[in-house]
Amino acid sequence: MLYPDTVEAEVLVHKPWFVATMFAVILAVFLAFNLTGTTMGELMRPVIGDPLQSGLYGRFAVAFVVAVIFSLNVVLIGFAPLKVQIAIVWFELLMLFLAFFETFHLSRPFIWEKLPFLITQGAVTTLYVSAISIVIASVIAILGAVAKLSTNGFAYAIASFYTSFFRGLPLLMQVYLIYLGLPQLGFVIDAVPAGILALSLCYGAYMTEIFRSGIQSIDRGQWEASRAIGFGFGITIRRIILPQALPVIIPPTGNQFISMLKDSSLVSVIGVWELMFLARTLGQKTFQHMEMLISTALIYWIMSICLELIQSRIERHYARSKVR
Amino acid sequence: MSMDLIIEAKDVAKWYGAFQVLKDINLTVRKGERIVVCGPSGSGKSTLIRCFNRLEAHQKGEIIVNGITLHDKMRNVAGVRKNVGMVFQHFNLFPHMTVLMNCMVGPMWIKGVAATEAKKTALRFLERVRIPEQANKYPVQLSGGQQQRVAIARSLCMEPAVMLFDEPTSALDPEMVSEVLDTMTSLARDGMTMVCVTHEMGFARAVADRVIFMNSGQIVEDGNPEMFFTNPQHERTKLFLSQILKH
Ligand SMILES: Nc1ncnc2c1ncn2[C@@H]1O[C@H](COP(=O)(O)OP(=O)(O)OP(=O)(O)O)[C@@H](O)[C@H]1O
Ligand SMILES: [Mg+2]
Repeated sequence: MLYPDTVEAEVLVHKPWFVATMFAVILAVFLAFNLTGTTMGELMRPVIGDPLQSGLYGRFAVAFVVAVIFSLNVVLIGFAPLKVQIAIVWFELLMLFLAFFETFHLSRPFIWEKLPFLITQGAVTTLYVSAISIVIASVIAILGAVAKLSTNGFAYAIASFYTSFFRGLPLLMQVYLIYLGLPQLGFVIDAVPAGILALSLCYGAYMTEIFRSGIQSIDRGQWEASRAIGFGFGITIRRIILPQALPVIIPPTGNQFISMLKDSSLVSVIGVWELMFLARTLGQKTFQHMEMLISTALIYWIMSICLELIQSRIERHYARSKVR
Repeated sequence: MSMDLIIEAKDVAKWYGAFQVLKDINLTVRKGERIVVCGPSGSGKSTLIRCFNRLEAHQKGEIIVNGITLHDKMRNVAGVRKNVGMVFQHFNLFPHMTVLMNCMVGPMWIKGVAATEAKKTALRFLERVRIPEQANKYPVQLSGGQQQRVAIARSLCMEPAVMLFDEPTSALDPEMVSEVLDTMTSLARDGMTMVCVTHEMGFARAVADRVIFMNSGQIVEDGNPEMFFTNPQHERTKLFLSQILKH
């Protein structure tokens, strides 16, 4: 939350100048596009007659109605309490999106037929590849962060070389390098482990930096107090420093996890049957690409939303010691 | 060497780069002795007492704490630290643990004491600093004075041979200073060995066996409070005292 001032200001969306400006802008925008040929025009048939014949009058009438509905909607939402506002706006945006997808005239039976496989094979693979990778990446990140903060030259050099290299190459290239390059050295590696390895190494490098800054954000006094009591390095970092760094580390790590969920689509290039791979292949035979792409997009989105919820849960858990 | 020496520093010197912070420090602290260290800002008071539990390393001379010599290659620095309690200017409580846990973790994780036992000890010392009722709060929910008393209790739970205080009251509001000083005074009455960096001259007069005055890395005055306040030997001390007692 931004800092909420205790002085109540008048709600922005209820100020006459704001409503007027909004109304004018929307009217202008919709005047610029001729909407008489759309569903909106059809709905307005009683007022404007045959949409295609209605000319400038029809165009204006449609834009006017849209602008009125929109402005009224915004003003009304302004009266609702915060939570309700958020819910309504979410709902309306969602409806707009679904309406947009509706215009593709997708074949529903085809989607329903493929959906179970898309989820049991694709989503599950995506999830477990990402989950395993994020766990390995976190372990790498802790080790890397400690190495980067240590006074040991070797540890620092190795860790900084690692982060520089894996942050510097495109992830797609790392996937290829590991899948095609390791066999050259005599390690034949399956597509799934290769994908997990590439994702872990790449995200481990990013997360090393997150963990490092998290650890550094903790006051020196905490180290001193812990060491002065007699705790060794291990206990100090595990029980004193990391628990305090977690509230700093978790939000960007959650971000990384969500981002990894989607970047795991890159391992589809080496033939792992995850969501993206199935999205591209299932629709191919019958040229129903859009059906699969849109369903997959929604599945990715739903998974991300779940992760966001889990993240906010964890954040709330760690906010405990901050409340006064 | 007699057995009742807790801290013994011989010709200790320390540098930060080319800057010498400590110069030929010679100091002994006997069991049960209360020592107050004072001196102008930057004179090396914090550095000196932080050398006693090796939060800082000295480069020359010898420091022996509780019979163990401190040096670079020592294996068991924790063996020294568990016998040396330290209280910091900014309390440095662990904010993610309750007050009770703050006091329990030392004995549990270092001495392997069982949780029930550690809890009993912790409550006993929280009682000792007169805030047992705050045991289940988090540090941020406490006032500065209460936090500092918890910090003292946390150190006491390790049952140290000596307590080091580094300006324990200088981050506190005036009305909280006395509650912390009272706690320290009562510790002193019970015979705790203490080395205390402070500018609270009232406390020094009432409690200290010896007052040490440092100036630019050297001990320039080392004597009983009576002598220190009425008849300081050194010009620098006179100036310091006149400034600090002026108000
Ligand atoms: N890590 C460091 N690196 C370089 N110089 C330092 C460092 N720590 C302290 N010093 C210097 O050493 C000198 C002594 O510092 P110290 O903190 O011991 O002084 P002090 O007597 O405790 O002062 P104060 O009353 O302000 O706490 C100061 O001049 C300080 O600038
Ligand atoms: Mg100091």
